[in-house]
Amino acid sequence: MLPDYDSLAPATWAEALAALAAQPDVVPIAGGTNVVVGMRAGELRGRTLMDINRLPELHGIRVSDGHVVIGGGTTVAELLASPAITEHAYPLHQAAAAFANPLVRNRATIGGNLVDASPAADTYPPLLVLDAEVELVSLHGVRWLPLDQFVLGVNQTERRPEELLRSVRWPLAPERSAGLHHKLALRKGTACSVMSAAVRVDTDQLGRCTAARIALGAVAPRPIRAHEAEQSLVGESLTEVTIRRAAQLAGQACRPIDDVRSSAAYRRRVAEVVVRRLLTAVDLELKEGAQA
Amino acid sequence: MTPQIVTLTVNSRTHQVALGAHITLLRALRDLGYTDVKNGCEKGDCGACAVLLDGKAVNSCLVLAWQADGAQINTNAGLGTQENPHPLQVAFADHGAVQCGYCTSGAIIAAHALLEANPAPTETEIRQALSGNLCRCTGYGQITEAVQAAAAVMQKVKGG
Ligand SMILES: Cc1cc2nc3c(=O)[nH]c(=O)nc-3n(C[C@H](O)[C@H](O)[C@H](O)COP(=O)(O)OP(=O)(O)OC[C@H]3O[C@@H](n4cnc5c(N)ncnc54)[C@H](O)[C@@H]3O)c2cc1C
Ligand code: FES
Ligand code: FES
Repeated sequence: MLPDYDSLAPATWAEALAALAAQPDVVPIAGGTNVVVGMRAGELRGRTLMDINRLPELHGIRVSDGHVVIGGGTTVAELLASPAITEHAYPLHQAAAAFANPLVRNRATIGGNLVDASPAADTYPPLLVLDAEVELVSLHGVRWLPLDQFVLGVNQTERRPEELLRSVRWPLAPERSAGLHHKLALRKGTACSVMSAAVRVDTDQLGRCTAARIALGAVAPRPIRAHEAEQSLVGESLTEVTIRRAAQLAGQACRPIDDVRSSAAYRRRVAEVVVRRLLTAVDLELKEGAQA
Repeated sequence: MTPQIVTLTVNSRTHQVALGAHITLLRALRDLGYTDVKNGCEKGDCGACAVLLDGKAVNSCLVLAWQADGAQINTNAGLGTQENPHPLQVAFADHGAVQCGYCTSGAIIAAHALLEANPAPTETEIRQALSGNLCRCTGYGQITEAVQAAAAVMQKVKGG
């Protein structure tokens, strides 16, 4: 038996923000794929659930002002179907394709994934390498936070109880930039990540790396960026040697645990291998792009 | 907690029911008699509870009934009748894709959503589309064949 709850279904954005400001125990519910599961497990804090799916402010994918901007209520299925995401955020497209299964993807939202902040939340690594920011809105105002600062730990973020995550945005990638994502799981469908990784490399005309991003999921209490590994690539061409060194540093950045899906040692080792393969594939893509 | 009145249109029949906020769409549907919608895990893992919610295939155990207030819901039983079954229903029966039958309604709903979007899917596309539907009996081969067979029939009907 589930315990008793109250429900709210605000018709407008203003009503939703007012409800959150007035009552500290209001829990937004979007796709419910974490909330309903948490409710059944008796883990939900708060007694009033507020459905936010009908608020138009949380929907839409658009490209404007040199940024891609998506509503916090965008479903993973919508991400997967969006040509703009495939074109401008390929690692996120790949993460959407590997996310849960089609039934869950039709409900699960990006806002829910980011606010739930599981260490294995699959939209984090691609959004981290895209330099994404999240927009948090309450009656008191609007603030933008880099995603890397938004997430704090297991199921913990900078979001205040009265805030809604309205949108996520990231700058369009410069020329001569490529990114890729890989999810390693125990099965191909409906499986939580053992480890996931995303990389992105920007290069100059000579093929030297001007900026690198390497992000990892399920290897620490929160999704992380491997800053030392990123730094090691800047100014370098991607070669077997520089790639291998960056991958090793990425493996060393992991703070994994043993759990039912994998041992900590395997996670650290496989993070290194996956990062090496992703960087190698990105290098190939950049070289092909240079020839075209 | 105050129960609220929720309006659900299921297989074209409209119901108004008073429900607590914790009642899932799965529970509400089964209590209304739509027992073709199965309860396998109640946490999104198995797909036995899949229905079309405003045209999209979802796990009804992960939707709270009041979130679906005013929505159109279709279950497997609503896709055809005993006399005039849906091509997917015929193909599942003919290809041995129904053994205990527990997963069947959900699998047909997921397959239906696939064929709406992609009328001629490959085997890989079928397997991916049904990756949220667990079957402990068939080993999936017959289900995949059934979806392919139904797709062929539906293409033919459409083509005249
Ligand atoms: C079977 C199954 C498989 C899954 N597989 C994966 C997987 O492969 N990868 C993965 O990363 N996750 C997976 N998940 C977890 C889950 O589906 C995702 O985290 C999903 O993105 C959550 O989105 P939601 O809209 O359902 O969130 P909800 O459950 O509605 O909400 C989650 C949390 O976010 C808050 N919230 C939601 N939207 C907002 C907003 N706009 N502003 C402020 N707060 C908000 C809620 O209050 C709640 O705390 C899986 C879950 C299930 C049940
Ligand atoms: S009962 Fe809903 S997914 Fe298993
Ligand atoms: S036929 Fe028995 S679970 Fe699929």
